[in-house]
Formats: sequence, structure tokens, C-alpha cells
Amino acid sequence: MMQRYDYELIGSWIPERSRVLDLGCGDGVLLAGLTATHGVSGYGIEIDAANVLASVKNGVNVVQADIVEGLASFGDNSFDFVILSQTLQAMRNAESVLNEMLRVGREGIVTFPNFGYWRHRLDILRGHMPVSKSLPYSWYDTPNIHLCTVKDFEGLCAKVGAEILDERVIHEGRTRTVLPNLRGSLGVFRFRRP
Amino acid sequence: MAQRAGFLEPLILKAGKTLASYELVYETYGVLNKDRSNAVLVCHALSGNHHVAGYYADAPEKIGWWDNLIGPGKPLDTDRFFVIGVNNIGGCHGSTGPGSIDRSTGKPYGAAFPVVTCEDWVASQARLMDRLGIQKLAAAIGGSLGGMQALQWTLQFPDRIRHAFVIAAAPRLSTQNIAFNDVARQAIVSDPDFHGGNFYEHDTVPARGLKLARMLGHITYLSDDLLTEKFGRVLKRDEYGFNYDVEFEIESYLRYQGDKFAQVFDANTYLLMTKALDYFDPAKETGGDLPRALSTATAGFFVASFKSDWRFPPLRSREIVKALVASKKNVTYAEIDAPNGHDAFLLDDPHYHQLIAAYADNIAGEIGAGERRLPLSLGGSELEEMRGYRGERVGT
Repeated sequence: MMQRYDYELIGSWIPERSRVLDLGCGDGVLLAGLTATHGVSGYGIEIDAANVLASVKNGVNVVQADIVEGLASFGDNSFDFVILSQTLQAMRNAESVLNEMLRVGREGIVTFPNFGYWRHRLDILRGHMPVSKSLPYSWYDTPNIHLCTVKDFEGLCAKVGAEILDERVIHEGRTRTVLPNLRGSLGVFRFRRP
Repeated sequence: MAQRAGFLEPLILKAGKTLASYELVYETYGVLNKDRSNAVLVCHALSGNHHVAGYYADAPEKIGWWDNLIGPGKPLDTDRFFVIGVNNIGGCHGSTGPGSIDRSTGKPYGAAFPVVTCEDWVASQARLMDRLGIQKLAAAIGGSLGGMQALQWTLQFPDRIRHAFVIAAAPRLSTQNIAFNDVARQAIVSDPDFHGGNFYEHDTVPARGLKLARMLGHITYLSDDLLTEKFGRVLKRDEYGFNYDVEFEIESYLRYQGDKFAQVFDANTYLLMTKALDYFDPAKETGGDLPRALSTATAGFFVASFKSDWRFPPLRSREIVKALVASKKNVTYAEIDAPNGHDAFLLDDPHYHQLIAAYADNIAGEIGAGERRLPLSLGGSELEEMRGYRGERVGT
């Protein structure tokens, strides 16, 4: 399991006692951590049965549902933050998910593996689909069907009318400020509907 | 093991009638801790009772109906929780019901026994908790109609319950469910031996009607896949008989189940339980607004459904979850991939039981009931396995 550098950054963005919805919450550690350190409340949405059990063990509110169906069950503006952490690339309709996040939450946070990272580009130049720490799957068994670069995601934000509040491209915990789309393997965006 | 509690304070029922006095029969497992915070109430479904776990010394074959879940080292661990099983008013396992003697007439209540609701049950259960010195439940747990009671507890006594396990339940019955219930009721009331509910006086029971009701119910508690797997189209003989005798295995199985049930269960209780199901609808008082109806709850919720359950399908549990989320309650929801249909809530699916264990462990942490003494044991009771006790559980 790769280290979740995005969790630290997310923690720094979320004010205490916020209401948080974590889409694809996995074993619930992000939400459990935010509850312990920030006193947040909210829910995780998770489809995988083993992850649901792990989330219960971690003491978080977890609702077993797929993300699209889960999002649809929440009212407008029910949360301060809606988080989609390293899952966007596996969503069938990334654009509508983004729209739904903006409907349900005051702010959205999305993290995703940056396809524009130089190693990924190099792999392509060498004639192969990239396999790396942040994209650990072979092309034929990857759940990632909508990979994008940091620039691509900026484009989608513009398309759905999301105002980007913060944008970091990080690699192994360090924020890349020079040539981020080339040097960072993980995009972390915070945005809202203006 | 079974204990009795008599209540002389009249119970005013939702139907507007009054039960002047009544008795509740109950069982307890484990020890109530010093600060009386570790009590878990088990609410039973249509044909259940107070005997939820273990067995009696003089009747080792009568294993509690939720024994695979409740006991030392089980998911609901009686080393840490004080578990209470109670037979509901209107039941036929010892608590005051239609077959009990009405003191004012000296005869069985029969048709005179009032229709009771989930609200009435919860009110009577709360009085039993008073009697046991339990101000606040660590949890109430139930499946199906039992899940409805657990949910009702959080609305009726929000300050007296920390958590509710609402399993294979619904916020109210669907039209189809009410329809099934009415067919079951019609089977009973149209049996000539029913005598308008006063069959006790005629020294008979409407066994044919009750049998049909149970057969119908039983079909709806199991999934099509499970029935196919278990019985298929297997015949008792090699060839078709071209008559109306029992031919297919499924017919034989259902008739056997129906007969067995009709021998031990009270027809009036069956009627009453199905009515309690039909009437349950917490959102009725809020004009159908379920989130508002549930907004008074302060408990945490564990809601679970089973994918193969078509009597109380996941969709119905999702309604509860959606409403709880909308009113910002703490809720965990699992949709369990078990093949058995509605009855799955009684069976020992490991994932299902691990979920309950994990949630119960969190409750134990919350009330300071400590760690498990024994490692979590899953896979049902060894006794069950030994005695081949299978598929005989008291369902919905």
C-alpha cells in the first residue's frame, strides 16, 4: 500500500468540526483520522465489502453503495467537504461525479495520479503504458479508465464551472512548484462552485 | 432460565384500548455491569420469542433462535453484554397474548385480545427495562419486524438507547408485503376451526389456515435461487403421478414446515403480528417525511440488508439510511451478499457476523465493557452443527 501523502494535505485544508463525505473511503482511515484530529463528522461511501468491514472496525460511519448511487442519495449542500481521493480515474463518468460533488458539498477535494508525471511520459515514449508507484496496474487489469494530467483536470474544472481554490502537485510528500505537471505524480485539488 | 415479570400498571395501546395487566416472559444472558450500561435488547420478529440463545438443561434440542449470533465469544458477546430476549405482548410463548386467560372473564382472550403495534411493544419493553434497573440500553437489535422495533426504540425513547441494529427491515411495509400478509390472514380466518378467533373454547386450532399462512410466508422468506438450489424440480417419485398428491420435493418441504408450525404457533398471534407489521410506519405522523420522523433519534444506527431478500429488499433499508443521513444521524449501512433471502438475517454468514461483531465491539469500547475474553467465534454454534439443526429457525 502506497503512503497516502494526499491525506496530510487534505487534513491541512479541512477546518475543525466540518461535515465531510468521503467517496470511496476504503478502510476509512482518512475519515477516522480527520475525526480524531479535527473532530469532523460525516460518512464514507464504499462499495467493497471487505473495506466496509474495515471501516466499521475503524469506527467510521460507512454506507455501502457505489459512488454515483451514494451521491444521489444526499441532499444539496449537505456537507462542508466532499472528498474523492484517488478514485476519480476509476469513475465511469468523471464529469457528472464532479458536478454531483459540487451539488452535495460546499467544497470538493479531488486527488488523482498525474498522468503527466515525467516517468509516465517516458514510459509512453518508450512505447508502453506507464506502470509506477502511483499507477501500479498493467493496462489490461487496471481499474483506471479515466486517467488525466493536472492540466486536463484544470480543464474539467473550468468546464463544470468549478473554482479552483488550491492546487498542488506533489511527489512523495513534496509539493512541486516548478514544472508541477511534469515533476509531480499526484494532483490534489480543492475547489468549489463559485 | 425463562423469567416472568408481571405488570399491573395498565398499558394504554395505540388502538385506544387498554391492557389492564400483563406478563412478559424473558431470558437474560451475561451479567449486567455495575453502571448498568451494557444491556442489549433482542427484539423478535413474527414468530420469534424470548429464547434467543443457549439451550435449557432439560431441553437440549431447543437452541435459541439467534444462538449463532449471541453468546460468549459470539459476535454479540455475552461476556461483555447483558443480553435480554423478551416475548412480545400478543405472543404465544409465555407473555400475555390471545391464548392467555383474561382475568375479567376467566376464559382465553381469543378475539378479544387487542391489536398491538410496535409502539406498544416498545412501551412494554421499556417497562421491563425499568424493572431490570436499566435506564439506557447499549443497543436494541432485531431483524425484520424486530428491526422495526429497534428503530422504534430510537424514536420513542431517544434518551434510553445508544445504538440500534436495524437488520433486513423497512421503514414501512410495501403494498406487496401488506398483500402477502392479508392472504396469510385470510387463510387463517377462513378456516372453519378459527371460530372467529375463539377456537380455544372449541378445543381446536385452525391448523389448516395457519399452515397455509406459514407456507406462503416461508416462500417469501427464501430466495428463488435458494429454493432452486435446495429443491429444484426434484420429485419424490421417479415419474409424474398426474394427480394432486405431493410430488415435488418443494411441496413436501413446505407442507412439513407448515404442519410443524401450525402445531406450535397460535393463529391469533400470527394475525396480530402481521397487523403490527402492516401498521408500522413512523413517517405517518410526519406526512410521509421519513427524515423528519427519524430526526428525534439520537442513537447510532447499524443498518443491514441482504441482496437476495425480496420481501424486505435492500431498497427499503436504503430508504432508512437515506433518511438517517438526511437528518445527520450516525449510521453504518451494509448490503450483504448472502443467497438465502429474507431469512439470511438469522443465518451465519461470516461477513454479516463480522460486521455485527465489529460494530458491537465499538459499542463495548464506548461503554467501557472492555475487550473480548474469547476470540471471536464465527460459523454458528457447534451445537447446531452437531444436531443438524438447520432451516428450522423462527423466521420473520
